[in-house]
Amino acid sequence: MKKITIVIFCFGIYSGSLAQDLLSLVDKNEPKKKEHVTNAFKSSRVLNGHSMELIGRGELDVRILHRFGEINSGPNNLFGLDQANMRLGFDYGLLNSLTIGIGRSNVGKELDGFIKFRPVWQSTGPGSFPVSIILVAGMTAHTQPWTDTANKNYFSNRLAFYNEIIIGRKFSESFSLQLSTVFVHRNLVALANEENDVYALGIGTRMKLSKRMAIVADYHYIAKGLNKNVYKDPFSIGFDIETGGHVFQLLFSNATGMNEKSFITNTTLNWARGSIRFGFNLSRIFTLGKRH
Amino acid sequence: MTIKTPVLFFLFLSLTSLLYSQQRYFTKNGNISFAAGSGEDIDGVNKATTSVFDATTGQIEFAVLVKGFEFKRALMQAHFNENYMESDKFPKSVFKGKIINIDKVNFQKNGVYPVTVKGILDMHGIKKELETTGKLTVTGETVSSNAEFTILLSDYNIAIPSLVKDKISKTATIQVNCNYTILK
Repeated sequence: MKKITIVIFCFGIYSGSLAQDLLSLVDKNEPKKKEHVTNAFKSSRVLNGHSMELIGRGELDVRILHRFGEINSGPNNLFGLDQANMRLGFDYGLLNSLTIGIGRSNVGKELDGFIKFRPVWQSTGPGSFPVSIILVAGMTAHTQPWTDTANKNYFSNRLAFYNEIIIGRKFSESFSLQLSTVFVHRNLVALANEENDVYALGIGTRMKLSKRMAIVADYHYIAKGLNKNVYKDPFSIGFDIETGGHVFQLLFSNATGMNEKSFITNTTLNWARGSIRFGFNLSRIFTLGKRH
Repeated sequence: MTIKTPVLFFLFLSLTSLLYSQQRYFTKNGNISFAAGSGEDIDGVNKATTSVFDATTGQIEFAVLVKGFEFKRALMQAHFNENYMESDKFPKSVFKGKIINIDKVNFQKNGVYPVTVKGILDMHGIKKELETTGKLTVTGETVSSNAEFTILLSDYNIAIPSLVKDKISKTATIQVNCNYTILK
């Protein structure tokens, strides 16, 4: 009995040493690492609103945005293409989870700037978290000359502010969804019966069609602060097309504004009447700073 | 108590195999880098390559996590993982093969030994045979391996869209630099 045990024992050692998989000799005790989930969206914007993505550290994103005129304005205006509203913007990644940006829109001759921060990054592995949480704080200043010169016009009257919380998740390689709340405060509003504070709830999503193309849509429900007979909820739908360093977003939207304050508080076109605009966002990434 | 021949035989086998297992070398922080740019620099490096080889049989294996490749540009790294290597679907690339002239390497004597390696590279879901020359450098108890070879990206089902074909080469030149210590 003893001998058999010895034989079995020896054979055990022998066959163990014949193991074909050498890597398993060093890999088996490898702890799994926490990994961040990236590329929930191709761009740092869903279409109009901020997406749950940030640009990388040291990257400069040059953004050229266009919204043409109303499609139902007829062939004489080439279905809106005669008219162009635009925003030129620069975003820069200070850290992988901290982006700053500035921009200027010709609508209202408006300057805007924002800080975007990701305190929680969706991850997998040990200590993972199922969603990303992003905070955005921005400010806008229109630079149009005052039409009413009889009043005392303070500089602060030109300003508006917005704060946004985004909670998003990349559910799979092809599907991402995010929810957001936006609060906009305008220091000065046009009419006495308008409210300075506007609250909106946003939803944004992406469905990938191929590795480099996706359908994206974003919608903001104006919850409080605007006269819904005049102002409509902004809704945009379009395509993401990524080509190396560029991301093109071709879209249809009822919003004209291209910053948070502008598209949330100043959208008057109505999808139901077919009064929408064609537009595009062009994003080109340049790598400036060092990554590490 | 009499010890019978088969027992002795197995004892002998197990002893020799124990000796053999002394002659395995490993690393967990080997370097594997590649260059695949033609119009611009597309270089990635992975500094956490795991590799093990058996000094007796010549069996050699490498494994890298595709997400572990680092690029100078964050965007390039994102595209590498998302568009080309699909690292969520194919997280690991593995090479398993044999140093066919391992008998020419004297691990007791310092020196540089040219070697030929033959095996299967499993990358992006495709397994393909690969043969390359390289060298093993023995310095006391440590051994380093160096090799450079070129693969055709289309062999591994990695498609280059026509829009970027001026910038990305059809081939990738891969460099291997690993420093091994004895696996105990």
